[in-house]
Amino acid sequence: MISFDPAIGAIVDLNHPDTYVHWGFILISVANLVVIVVLVVLFIAAIGLPFLKGRSIGRKAFHAPTNHESTMEGEGWTARSRYLGLRYLPPEKLLPDGQPSYVSSWVYVFGVLTIGALAMAILSGFILAIEGPSWWQTSNIGHLVNSLHLWSVELFMGFMTVHLWAKFWMAAWRGKRWLTWMTGVLAFLMSVFEAFTGYLSQTNFDSQWIAFESKDAFNSAGIGAFVNAMNFGQALMLHIVVVPIILVLIVGIHVLMVRVRGVVPPIDAEPDHLASDSELVSQGVVQPDKENISKEAKL
Amino acid sequence: MIGWSKSEKVYSSPWIGPQRHYDIIKEASIAFVVVLLLTIVLAVTFSSPNTPPITIQAWAKAQPTGFVDIALTELNHTSDSATYGPPYNTSNNPATDSVQSLGPISIQRILGVKYPINTAQTFVLQPLSSLPGEAALHSAIKQFDQASVQTQDKWVAAYQSVMKSRALTSSKLQSNVPTAGPVPTLMIHLLSMAQSGALDAQLLTHSSFFTTNYTNPILFLGDSWKAQHGASYWGKIVTSQHLAGNQWGVMNETGSWPGQPWLWLYTMWYQIPPLSTSDKSNSDVTVIAIMAVLSVTLLMIPVIPGLRRIPEKVPLYRLIWRRYYRDPEFTNAASNVEINSQTSSSVRPGK
Repeated sequence: MISFDPAIGAIVDLNHPDTYVHWGFILISVANLVVIVVLVVLFIAAIGLPFLKGRSIGRKAFHAPTNHESTMEGEGWTARSRYLGLRYLPPEKLLPDGQPSYVSSWVYVFGVLTIGALAMAILSGFILAIEGPSWWQTSNIGHLVNSLHLWSVELFMGFMTVHLWAKFWMAAWRGKRWLTWMTGVLAFLMSVFEAFTGYLSQTNFDSQWIAFESKDAFNSAGIGAFVNAMNFGQALMLHIVVVPIILVLIVGIHVLMVRVRGVVPPIDAEPDHLASDSELVSQGVVQPDKENISKEAKL
Repeated sequence: MIGWSKSEKVYSSPWIGPQRHYDIIKEASIAFVVVLLLTIVLAVTFSSPNTPPITIQAWAKAQPTGFVDIALTELNHTSDSATYGPPYNTSNNPATDSVQSLGPISIQRILGVKYPINTAQTFVLQPLSSLPGEAALHSAIKQFDQASVQTQDKWVAAYQSVMKSRALTSSKLQSNVPTAGPVPTLMIHLLSMAQSGALDAQLLTHSSFFTTNYTNPILFLGDSWKAQHGASYWGKIVTSQHLAGNQWGVMNETGSWPGQPWLWLYTMWYQIPPLSTSDKSNSDVTVIAIMAVLSVTLLMIPVIPGLRRIPEKVPLYRLIWRRYYRDPEFTNAASNVEINSQTSSSVRPGK
């Protein structure tokens, strides 16, 4: 029978067969169950626990946009891009120093925690990529880096799941925020595929079995004609080049959409807290004559 | 041109209510440090799994007869890989192939053969041909190659009838089976080659110096799982680690580490009828279709009437924004700080 390597450097040894909970047709390992329970507890705690007290910002409403008249001059693609950037994402929106006061709950931190975990997964992945795909199996340091990579991914997926739950129950797509929601869902789906290709790239028993077991699903849907799970080179390239670049792009667009549209207001927010069209015009946020962008760019 | 509803316009309006201080760079930095520390603690505490892959060598040593049984099915084109159909080979026998369809449509068949595999040649005869010397072996390969398909099948069947009474772990191969032609010689050499480790290397798809494609050895190993299930060398490890499809295996990991719990919904469909029983032949493509529909639904929630209103019917949001609903003018400040009069120009007129 196959031999199992000791779990290098582990304080708690998980290198033994897991216990499984069997309930009806449900069969789940204690390890997976613990992860799910932790996420549910985190979600409940994030909603229930009082948020930190902060500082008042010293102003009550949004900033009127900075006057960028000089940078809005000029013609051509570059000038137009600069104009659109400043129009939809001025510096005070891109790097805000104030938030609506309703953004005062622990559930809001799971978005940025997800990005932190993604950064950690990318950094640990860089080291694994630099040293090569099998380095971690022959080096104690490599095994530690692999462990950092694994746990950053578990945190990434976990934080993203709690973030998704929170945004669903906030109906965070309200107020023309459809694209924000959709890019978030795309990021989640792309992350599942990224994690899957990672499991294929481990060059261990898991990779071997998952490659074989998943081929039927891939082949049945026609995906197998393009992505061969048993081709380690292809899986590795997808995992460290193609999918992460697409994922980071989607996450980038998602974050920019949050900055462009702002954090969704509470359901049934006070009407007085949301600017009407006339107020936006009076404060210079919206042009009184809604000329199209190309005309404005030529001004 | 899409017209936005009044509700959409209202919720998209800029916020002119109370604000709190916020430092996006500081928040991102703190979040990264927290994740960094958390990751280090988890990595040092729990490490990560690393069960080594199995080899054909280990399989052939542990279950010599089990290995030969599968090699015989590769030789007479009856193994799972040999009868699979696209993308590995053509098949017009729905009773034995692994081609799946959704109703009348089979994308798998439409896309055709992408990685052609002739199991007799790729898994048995070509690797044996690479062995140097061995005049008797090369004579046996030539004899087998030149025989008609009917004769080849007859030889293989004769040897299978001899082998079928043996335990998978038995190491005794019968060399003198006159009705089996050159097959005993082929099998004895193939087993020897496998047990030496040479077959692992020979099966790699690109048999040049560099290689990154493990399709052939994995398919060969997998044929033992498909034919002998939990009794096979690979199957024993897989079932003991709860990695099989009927054990929610895609979610699971070797040892006691968490695996991919986010795949729970995908895995669940395989556990419930009819996909777990009667309609198993098309279970994969059916599950993929279900998950595709559910994924698109999740993606399109903002525009699906009824679904997009669910959160408004469930008062969970009142808990999340309870502070705001209790006092819409709260600023979340530790102490009351007066609103800076210098910025009053940006405050809603009249407030």
